[in-house]
Amino acid sequence: MYAFDYHRPTSARQAADLASQFEDMKFLAGGHTLLPTMKMRLAGPTNLVDLGQIAELRGIERSGDTLSIGAMTKHAEVAHSADVRQAIPALAELAEVIGDPHVRNRGTMGGSVANNDPSADYPAACLALNATIVTDRREIAADDFFQGIFTTALDEGEIITRIAFPVPSQAAYAKFRNPASRYALVGVFVARFADGVRMAVTGAGSNGVFRMPEMEQALAQNFAPEALNGIAAPEDEMNSDIHADAAYRAHLVGVMTRRAVQAAASRS
Amino acid sequence: MTATGIGAPVRRKEDQRFVTGQGRYVDDFNRPGQAYAYFLRSPHAHAAIRSIDVGAAQTMPGALAVFTGDDLAADKIGGLICGWMIHSKDGTPMKAGPHPALAQGKVRYVGDHVAVVIAETLAQAKDAAEAIVVDYDVLPAVVDTAEAAKSSVQVHDVSPDNTVFNWHLGDKDATEAAFAKAKHVTKIDLVNNRLVPNPIEPRAALGEYDFGTDNYTLYTTSQNPHVARLVLSAFIGVAPEHKLRVIAPDVGGGFGSKIFIYAEETVCVWAAKKVKRPVKWTSDRTEAFLADAHGRDHVTHAEMATDENGKILGLRVHTTANLGAYLSTFSSSVPTYLYAPLLSGQYDIPAIYCEVDGVYTNTAPVDAYRGAGRPEATFVVERLVEKTARELKQDPAEFRRKNYITQFPHQTPVIMAYDTGDYAASLDKALELADYRNFQARKQESARRGKLRGLGFSSYIEACGIAPSQAVGSLGAGVGLWESAEVRVNPTGSVEVLTGSHSHGQGHETTFAQLVSDRLGIPIDQVSIVHGDTDKVQFGMGTYGSRSGAVGMSAIAKAIDKVIAKGRKVAAHVLEASEGDIEFKDGRFGVAGTDRSLAFGEVALQAYIAHKFSGQDLEPGLKEGAFYDPTNFTFPAGVHICEVEIDPDTGVTTIERWTAVDDFGVIINPMIVEGQVHGGIAQGVGQALLEGAVYDRSGQLVTASFNDYCMPRANDLPSFQVGMTVTPCPSNPLGIKGCGEAGAIAAPPAVINAITDALGHEDIAMPATPQAVWRAAQKARMPMAAE
Repeated sequence: MYAFDYHRPTSARQAADLASQFEDMKFLAGGHTLLPTMKMRLAGPTNLVDLGQIAELRGIERSGDTLSIGAMTKHAEVAHSADVRQAIPALAELAEVIGDPHVRNRGTMGGSVANNDPSADYPAACLALNATIVTDRREIAADDFFQGIFTTALDEGEIITRIAFPVPSQAAYAKFRNPASRYALVGVFVARFADGVRMAVTGAGSNGVFRMPEMEQALAQNFAPEALNGIAAPEDEMNSDIHADAAYRAHLVGVMTRRAVQAAASRS
Repeated sequence: MTATGIGAPVRRKEDQRFVTGQGRYVDDFNRPGQAYAYFLRSPHAHAAIRSIDVGAAQTMPGALAVFTGDDLAADKIGGLICGWMIHSKDGTPMKAGPHPALAQGKVRYVGDHVAVVIAETLAQAKDAAEAIVVDYDVLPAVVDTAEAAKSSVQVHDVSPDNTVFNWHLGDKDATEAAFAKAKHVTKIDLVNNRLVPNPIEPRAALGEYDFGTDNYTLYTTSQNPHVARLVLSAFIGVAPEHKLRVIAPDVGGGFGSKIFIYAEETVCVWAAKKVKRPVKWTSDRTEAFLADAHGRDHVTHAEMATDENGKILGLRVHTTANLGAYLSTFSSSVPTYLYAPLLSGQYDIPAIYCEVDGVYTNTAPVDAYRGAGRPEATFVVERLVEKTARELKQDPAEFRRKNYITQFPHQTPVIMAYDTGDYAASLDKALELADYRNFQARKQESARRGKLRGLGFSSYIEACGIAPSQAVGSLGAGVGLWESAEVRVNPTGSVEVLTGSHSHGQGHETTFAQLVSDRLGIPIDQVSIVHGDTDKVQFGMGTYGSRSGAVGMSAIAKAIDKVIAKGRKVAAHVLEASEGDIEFKDGRFGVAGTDRSLAFGEVALQAYIAHKFSGQDLEPGLKEGAFYDPTNFTFPAGVHICEVEIDPDTGVTTIERWTAVDDFGVIINPMIVEGQVHGGIAQGVGQALLEGAVYDRSGQLVTASFNDYCMPRANDLPSFQVGMTVTPCPSNPLGIKGCGEAGAIAAPPAVINAITDALGHEDIAMPATPQAVWRAAQKARMPMAAE
């Protein structure tokens, strides 16, 4: 790790001010991607602005048909929250299968969403639930936010404050873990709303998290696994690595979507 | 059996300090004025070094020195050695290329040592290393085991076709004749996947030089500190043997990877004198992946001949073994004498012939890893036996039973003389514990849920406690494989045992103390086990190959016998009886036929105060040493049965049941033995389902972190059904066979036999990842649907 200056603001405004002062700055949320990269000397920001002491970035709130979760809320807090379990149990279940207990007690929702790792779990939930990413500057629809692997609509120095999830009538997340890393090899989040079905796939796509409108339309007609017969994920848009080639990933998208639909449909 | 004697499930004495964080590992030692070493490693698999410019690095803040291979050469520091000479079929010695501790002119794998920086802090050492300018002429690399001998790339000048040796064992003509009269021949092609050892404690070294006494001290993560000292002094030439103290304190797992003498520890002890400061290096996990010696990596074609009754007539095997870029300390012995002599398995096979080609590639050196050669042999034999039984449409259990060796001693056609065993007893017990008779019902129940269930056997044998020294010497070993022990009785009657074995997870502090408690009749807390320091223990061969019970404890037993003999003399003087009338029983020396006796502690005190005998008649004191050289290997054997269920939609394999019935001879501590079995199976399952080191074609290690290299986790494993059978080993006084590696040896073929049974075809390689199994299940689905 290279030397750096460490800052610990107590408000989002202070954090934004600090960010504007430094050329080579990184926000530190849970640090699960940033710190290993720095330890391996693959990244060397000269300033780290730790968001961990900013109270306004934390907390979970239900208001009508919206569940609002602070960006610095930890995975374990989401997993154990009674509000989340009541409103969107699938989201709590997703949080429960991120990494291991150590990861879940350090990692944050905002950090994961801002990083947009192509194998991360939360982007699938945000996209399928049609979440709104709220920053210190504006509100961004999930459809506009995720712009390809490790790429988002966030501007330089912009801070996610919270994420607002519309509460679906039924939802589920089906994850096929990478055997080694426990990231999603393929993760599918399916959400059913009064006005239709949305689904999103993480882990599989070579351009990051994505929706499959054909599947969504079929599921809107008939919210059952059989509705997906004959619809396949495009192999040429899939990731390929030693753990899973494109054909296997494309196949798993189908399997995991069916399992997610099955699980969602069986929820009261 | 007493509460702490042989056979008692005594809780591990050492765990108190380990689980409370009080263990002291090499990195926990810090010496005054200590500096830090950082090794600049090759980013290329194969390159000529045109030049190394260390000028800028030397002036970086905190940098004390930057050394390259030239500096080692200038000090006449020799290269690392391979301690087992293998001769090719044509009688020529193996072709060993140079193995400098720091590269000289060429790098041969990613992670190879180019230069070392010694600095005030580790961060400063890394900063300075970034300032070293190396001009590489990057060369094409050879990575693939099967291609190495045909490649135009040449790793070492001494072996033009990258071949270290073409070795063979067995009777070729007799084997050909057996195949000629065979009714059936079964053929199989196998890859034994390359593994990264990954002990939880990475390697570390701390070198120190005392200018006042001219003494060197090396703290190092070693399974065999005396062997390390011998190699560092006699072969590498860092320091004279009597001036070098090697300390291997608590060591957090080795699995073989800490047997070997590596570049880093060599450089640390040498550099300590150069920079006049203690020098510490601790591997990070990436370095461990890149530069710890890897394991396995065989490509094999094997054939088994059977007659019309399903009796095995012969076995022929051709294996190519990847040895990596350099010959590590015992690398040459692993795919030869630790491999081919096990190819008879538990079976009466009249003729066996095995050829092994050892090859260089641009990959990390490959050497012994838990099981070392025996897992590779067992995988060949047990996959081939299972396949043969299936082709002959015979029950795989009964096919095995029919071919088991039943008379002992049994001389195999490949060196080994099995001393004892009862293979059918293990099989019967395993079939019972595994509920084999109801397997078909379970398979049908799985099929109703759309799942594929399969069952696989592994009827393994292994050889532990490699010995006797005379025999291993005749096979090319550079060392003897005895063990030493010293039993020091204190005047208060407590006992210190100095052993040449080294514990790095095995629980010697408990099991060795159990032996002493048992034999001397003293409480276990009156016994201390001392190991891992060449200044305390005179000499020893260390711990590997499941040898410490059979060989190390036998040496202790021999020394204890001498202590008792001496105690009898002391007691005779004190009790004014003749020595022949003194009996030692239940911790007391007594005069036969009387009630006069002395406790062991009283005799110890009398031995030291020496008031009751003349120094002319008897030496004072009570301390005895012994060297023990066994008469034979030991042959642990058993039957493991693995039952899996496969989800054909995802390819996920779940191990539903695991039955292990092992014959380890006499058991010292059943709890520790069971733990060893569990850990071994976990590693074997890791090899079969999860682990595999992957290099890309350019020689970059793709699986260089836990992000991509999949270690077994608790939820990858079922609860194990562990059973034991016992045939005491006749080759050592304690009847012990050894248990440390059995699980890792037995498990891989059991898993793959179960998967191939579930799939209905043989086409699956290790690791059987979900992707691989899914693809194989595509082929299996049609016949399953037709059932």
